[in-house]
Amino acid sequence: MSDFTKRAPIALNDPTLRRNFRRAMDGLMVKRAAQFADPQAWAALRERGAMVKARAVARLPELLEQLEAKCTANGIQVHWAESTAEANSIVLDILQKAGAKKVIKGKSMVSEEMELNHFLDGHGIKAVESDLGEYIIQLAHEAPSHIVMPCIHKNKGEIAQLFADNIDGLGYTEDVDALTAAARRALRDEFATADAGISGVNVAVAETGTLVLVENEGNGRLSTTLPPLHIALMGIEKLAETLDDVPPLLALLPRSATGQPITTYVNMITSPRKPGEKDGPEAVHLVLLDSGRSRVYDDPELRDTLRCIRCGACMNHCPVYSRVGGHTYKFVYPGPIGKILTPQLEGLDCAGDQPHASTLCNACVEVCPVKIPIADLLVRLRTESVHPGGSVAVKGAGSRRSWHETLSWRGWAFMYAHPKVYGLATRLMARLGNLIPENAPMMRQWTKIRTKPKFAGKTLHELAREKGFDHE
Amino acid sequence: MSEAARSRILGRLRAAPRTAAPALPEWQAPIYDPAERVERFCSVLEGSHAEIYRVTLADWPYRLRTILEERGTASVMFAPNTEGGRRLVSAWGDIGPKLVPYDKTVEELKDTLVHGVESGFTTTRGGIAETGTLVLWPDSDEPRLLSLLPPLHIALVRAADIADNLPGLIRAQGWAQSMPTNAVLISGPSKTADIEQTLAYGVHGPKELIVLVIED
Repeated sequence: MSDFTKRAPIALNDPTLRRNFRRAMDGLMVKRAAQFADPQAWAALRERGAMVKARAVARLPELLEQLEAKCTANGIQVHWAESTAEANSIVLDILQKAGAKKVIKGKSMVSEEMELNHFLDGHGIKAVESDLGEYIIQLAHEAPSHIVMPCIHKNKGEIAQLFADNIDGLGYTEDVDALTAAARRALRDEFATADAGISGVNVAVAETGTLVLVENEGNGRLSTTLPPLHIALMGIEKLAETLDDVPPLLALLPRSATGQPITTYVNMITSPRKPGEKDGPEAVHLVLLDSGRSRVYDDPELRDTLRCIRCGACMNHCPVYSRVGGHTYKFVYPGPIGKILTPQLEGLDCAGDQPHASTLCNACVEVCPVKIPIADLLVRLRTESVHPGGSVAVKGAGSRRSWHETLSWRGWAFMYAHPKVYGLATRLMARLGNLIPENAPMMRQWTKIRTKPKFAGKTLHELAREKGFDHE
Repeated sequence: MSEAARSRILGRLRAAPRTAAPALPEWQAPIYDPAERVERFCSVLEGSHAEIYRVTLADWPYRLRTILEERGTASVMFAPNTEGGRRLVSAWGDIGPKLVPYDKTVEELKDTLVHGVESGFTTTRGGIAETGTLVLWPDSDEPRLLSLLPPLHIALVRAADIADNLPGLIRAQGWAQSMPTNAVLISGPSKTADIEQTLAYGVHGPKELIVLVIED
């Protein structure tokens, strides 16, 4: 059972972490806002993007079959995995059959879900992260703290030290160009000698069997072009019906994520190397991962979670995420999208704290490019977490139900339905409330971070009557 | 294993309650006056750290040779069987930076590609004015890595092939019926902002991008 409330104060009391996140989030919010300066254009584009994804979700089973048929016809081998363990063994099998000892990786959140690097390491296969941010956290033996910018929690000084400790011949330098050049040199040979490349997928087009990958660095293109074998990993929801659906998603994703109108590279892969072509992998595999997504699909309200295009705008704008950072959530997907996705994938019994780590301020809902009703789903999941039983929509529903909370609400409901009881109870509280000690069990949740409220001595009804109001 | 997983995953998705697929609302990507289209393409791409040269069909190989000589670029890898590649060879003669043909498979040329050439030259299938984007359509004549491994990428684009936006280009060129092994949109040199949101160029792909726009 994870406990967000125990970890949050540690992050809140870390001034470096607070500064690193504040600086990054402020910059990202300003850059995004500049890209969507025209509210009418934003509304039209967003509506289109949201419906593109809503259509893809509504038609998910047919589109998956169409994607599989198209990819297969194009020469891409398609694999299905129900669990992350199954996906790992599919990847391992492909790599072992090819005799691969080293893989170079482009950024993939699905591979983080699978804990693929760790798994491959256990089977004697070295996985090297090539996205600069992922490379940095791999050197630091950490997990990503953001789904788009994995090392956003680190500042220049921390990275400089990490590089000085890990890259041969490089002294301590905070010069960003020098650090970037050092990473380029270190990774060039890894690319040239890798036996396989592994990548994620941003959008898979069912109509043509095309895998669309966006990136700025070129490491994604290298991972999918230079090694003789390419394995692409995707969640089963990352689909679009047609190629015409790609432009609105491409217009929304980088603008929402980093405030760029387009990424430096948009890589569209439709087949392995064809006869006569001089480069590109000889074999391309696509692994479709379910891992709880088909269960999310079973509930028409929760299903909207599957529209997500993983831009990260919800976390960039979240007052909670921007103060505690990604590691505090403890799961692969942090921030608002994580708070609704994780409990559904992992179960409320082990991630039930996540939907509660929110103020329901709606900032995420306002910026979500595909209009996922995140706040509504947070409330729904909170309800599910104390559901008295019978709900099968979410694994672990009811696991946060407690007798004292249930009893309190029953008492509350009874009081509000019976005027005499209500009058008696409020009068009693008004007179005796100030006698309750500040650290009494029922007060502690409130008073551990706030001052205990002072009771007025008389109820609101009594005070109103004194002012001359006859009727309530 | 995969076959059983497939039928169980699809089975669960099919058993779930169906919802109607909503209609797609109207959306129009930006359009430009024909007179400003090329200007916009050039200024946006320049804003993304590319160097733009306006050239003519007759003079571009000579202009390129001069540009590279002035920069001190020692070698250019190119595709010998494209129209652009042939023009390079005939215009270059024995002078200018060394021309290195990409005429074998990557397995045979890997060392040259990774460490041995200073620039790569490619043609393009068009451009996009809205985002300042080049559209590359690699094939058996023009390989994928030419635009990716050398530290400088030089791209040739005809002004007449520049479209207003991506949706227009996809429809006009009939992409859905003809997707190649790999199509790539390029909007500047390789870059990253992973270290404190500070922009740095050339992290994995080319550090610099030169675009020749043929205006006649």
